[in-house]
Amino acid sequence: MAILDKKSKEALADPLMKNNPISLQVLGICSALAVTVQLNTAVVMTLAVVAVLSISNTVISILRNLIPSKVRIIVQLSVIASLVILTDQILQAYMYDISKQLSVFVALIITNCIVMGRAEAFAMQNTPGKSFLDGLGNGLGYGGILISVAFFRELLGSGSIYGISVVPDSFYDAGYQNMGLMVLSPGAFIILGLIVWAQRYVSGIEEE
Amino acid sequence: MHSNTYTIIFTSIITIILGSFLSVAAGTLEETQKLNVENDSKKNILSSLGYKPEKNKEWNSNDIKNIFEKNIDAYVLDGKGNRTDNDTRSINPETDNRNFPIYVDMQNGSINGYAIPISGKGLWSTLYGYFAIEPDGLTAKGITFYAHKETPGLGGEVDKPWFQNNFIGKRFIDEQGNLVGIKVLKGKANPESPYEVDGISGATITSKGLESFLVEDLKKYEPFFQKVRNKKI
Repeated sequence: MAILDKKSKEALADPLMKNNPISLQVLGICSALAVTVQLNTAVVMTLAVVAVLSISNTVISILRNLIPSKVRIIVQLSVIASLVILTDQILQAYMYDISKQLSVFVALIITNCIVMGRAEAFAMQNTPGKSFLDGLGNGLGYGGILISVAFFRELLGSGSIYGISVVPDSFYDAGYQNMGLMVLSPGAFIILGLIVWAQRYVSGIEEE
Repeated sequence: MHSNTYTIIFTSIITIILGSFLSVAAGTLEETQKLNVENDSKKNILSSLGYKPEKNKEWNSNDIKNIFEKNIDAYVLDGKGNRTDNDTRSINPETDNRNFPIYVDMQNGSINGYAIPISGKGLWSTLYGYFAIEPDGLTAKGITFYAHKETPGLGGEVDKPWFQNNFIGKRFIDEQGNLVGIKVLKGKANPESPYEVDGISGATITSKGLESFLVEDLKKYEPFFQKVRNKKI
């Protein structure tokens, strides 16, 4: 990626692994538990968060010198909230079934700490281009974890991947059962915990 | 540091821009969204009546529209069970106590079943669904729920096939012709009894709620189904 200078590259790549919003900053856990029963919903949620996060970061970064500091949080929130409502409306119009499954969790992107956190911590200090990359990176970092959790939950809990059954019928005949725990929230906690553990082990980060 | 006047002007401008942006978006998308809601209720009516997409396939909105228009005769009943000229789409079955929409499955020209909207309180929320009845007017053909906010894994099991399939073939009219409804029992139902189904363990209030609003909704349609049973329709 020679087109990007070092700082832009960091803005995009850091949140994917080294500084992942879910597994290292432990933000956005609520939705990570709620929408990861199936891959389908996790992928749509990822797209929604990537869109909201990168656009809100860009818009707020463009306005960063105009926003009066006294009311900056509420201005950030209005921008984010408008984008979230727009996303929700688009999903209801074009992906009705999925929007029903995601129910309140699309609307709750507004309260997702990642979105506000990136607006306040990054977009208010950086140029629109870098802020866009930062939003993209954080959205994908969030989505990566969401999709991996959903992969294991759907595989173990429903015996399918992206809605297609992968566990052969002969397994069920031989007494194999889907793991009901994985469909419920505790299943997500366990998977998420294992992912956090694995990631910290690989990247060698230790809590102080 | 910005002045107060600047802050007020800035926030007003932002509010106006975002507000108009959202109303334009909502206005443009409204039609498509309405169509989706309508399609979804059609899909639920069809599935309560036992229509299923072929294995490993899903209906798209055109399939639903075609199957529905080809096979389902939708009309509105008055309080005495007579057909009226009202449009089913203009009725809100949850609040209307004089007009009762009914969806009749007319596949191959003869009546194969009736579907009626049902709704009522569970533990946390109002459940919405459809209840389908065999042409004899006293046997359940199916039940579906399309919206509820019950606890997943407990009351939320109402939208699972294992629970819904229990209803198929059960009766809500006893030997004397009285409306008795279908009991949702705590634990296992007696397989011999045609009037009861297995409850959901850990979800007594949802089960009891479902049992009572099902009877209430069936009462509204009783004048019509009496005629069905007396072969007057």
